[in-house]
Amino acid sequence: MQHHQGAHADAAIRIDEARGRFSVSRAAYTDPALHAAELEEIFARCWLFVGHDSELPKANDFLTRTIAGRPVVFLRDKAGAVRCLLNICPHRGAQVTRQKRGSAKLFSCIYHGWAFENTGKAISIAQAETYHPDFNAAGANDMVPVPRFESYRGLWFLNFDANAVSLADYLGNAREYVDIVMDQAEARMQVVGEVQEYSARANWKMLAENSTDILHVETLHPTYLDLIRTNSEGTIVRGRVQGKSIDLGNGHAVVERVASYGRPIARWIPLWGEEAKAEIDAIFARLVKSYGEERAKRMAYNARNLLIFPNLVINDIMSVTLRTFQPSATDYMEISVWAIAPAEEAGKPAMARRLTNFLEFLGPGGFATPDDIEALESCQRAFAASREAPWNDLSKGLGQAPDATDELPQRVFWLAWRDRLMQRKAT
Amino acid sequence: MTLLANLTRAEVEDFLILEAALLNEWRLEEWRALFTEECRYLVPNTNGDPYAPPESSLYLIADDGHHLTERVKRLGKKTAHAEYPHSRTRRLVSNVRILERAADSLKVESSFVTYRASQGVTDTYFGRHEHCIVEVAGALRILEKRTILDMETLRPQGRLSIIV
Ligand code: FES
Ligand SMILES: [Fe+2]
Repeated sequence: MQHHQGAHADAAIRIDEARGRFSVSRAAYTDPALHAAELEEIFARCWLFVGHDSELPKANDFLTRTIAGRPVVFLRDKAGAVRCLLNICPHRGAQVTRQKRGSAKLFSCIYHGWAFENTGKAISIAQAETYHPDFNAAGANDMVPVPRFESYRGLWFLNFDANAVSLADYLGNAREYVDIVMDQAEARMQVVGEVQEYSARANWKMLAENSTDILHVETLHPTYLDLIRTNSEGTIVRGRVQGKSIDLGNGHAVVERVASYGRPIARWIPLWGEEAKAEIDAIFARLVKSYGEERAKRMAYNARNLLIFPNLVINDIMSVTLRTFQPSATDYMEISVWAIAPAEEAGKPAMARRLTNFLEFLGPGGFATPDDIEALESCQRAFAASREAPWNDLSKGLGQAPDATDELPQRVFWLAWRDRLMQRKAT
Repeated sequence: MTLLANLTRAEVEDFLILEAALLNEWRLEEWRALFTEECRYLVPNTNGDPYAPPESSLYLIADDGHHLTERVKRLGKKTAHAEYPHSRTRRLVSNVRILERAADSLKVESSFVTYRASQGVTDTYFGRHEHCIVEVAGALRILEKRTILDMETLRPQGRLSIIV
């Protein structure tokens, strides 16, 4: 079985360096056996984003989430430690809490009333005296935590593989790009409002591909480009994209380029008015003071689309967003998107500008994201013709001088995908 | 302000039915004209407080007059790919109540179900609209429309590419 899937994954990618061609089998987006292998070899082994520190501001705050299909509780315990417990009762499996969010010192199961501290420790078992004395030994009936749970710069990740490398090692070169986003805040970045939850009737890998794909912007998003042309009163003219895509290792990749829109940190556009110009200048001056002219310019004027393999995207574009997508089925993914912003923007016009920027492009009601969803779903529908037309092409830039619109990030993703699916066969 | 002062519930309902009809028929510029020039069209996130200020909380849509005009322009273009070819839509508006009568405005609540069919899939959206209606030059105009979705998430709809 493992062997079969490995061979299958190997055959899913066809590289012809001599002719500059990189192809991916369309079956990789539709095949249930490959989907099952992904759940095992990727989603049960890679670090998966759960949530941001700031979503749990107070002790006892909790949020329930579904990560790679598993129900989890993401919480801050009574002592202030952030934890992630599997949301399943040690008794007979009911969800220990069915609320989306709340504050609770303890969780009490609706089915037979077993109760747990928010550390997961069992504190009450129905009719405990009717069990064998050993049954109630300390720790024997506690809620099960996720095997690994670590954070970087406020971002919490879980890993279902107890033997996984550390999160820091897993992120590797991607950390530099997480830093350049998080460093935009004077103190810390925090989530603004609540997570947007939407979906696409498409395979999850297409959103991984799409999130670092700059090639599609002109063709798929002209109505957004029309909007920013209007907003900038013609001061932003989108020419050839200046920048590059970079392989960060481990399947992570980034596209960094000169932004072609206003950025809350820190590129002013006329729509924001003269008052905002002074504010933006002050933000830029702070960046220069903290990080020097060169890095400040890079932070303020460049945009970044970062993919952390397999399913976290950090977009530092017209606004800063975190995006994950869960592989619910071969042809369906659940998408979650957070807006993050420097804590010091709270209550200031800068925050309103940031949110306007977000909504102009992003989210299910934006001027661009619905068209991305449409494109992905269109691909998924058309993959029904894969038997006769089996290959997707991701060759752009292969063996050529680097360009921001190359399909390099997508190739990086697929090679990591193949390695992950094949590594079990090797061991 | 005589129009507004004497407006009956049934007349308000007629106005909302007209609005829904313009949207069903994709007559979006005429729909935009039902709003005042400066206006708000708000769809709060399915999570969180639907009345949290859009300046400090993440909405799904938080258009001002400028953005609403631009949204209508977008939806009129063949390059608004999510809605071209146009989806087929049907809006049912019901349970209309006048919540507040101020001297120069009415606050009206209605319930809605909107169906959207496209590319072989039919999606349903449901919830309530809250309209703030004013009178401009003897005609009713929408100063603010807040559409509060009752769905828990935008799954499996995946998008709010139409005006629900
Ligand atoms: S399943 Fe939770 S107490 Fe029985
Ligand atoms: Fe896009």
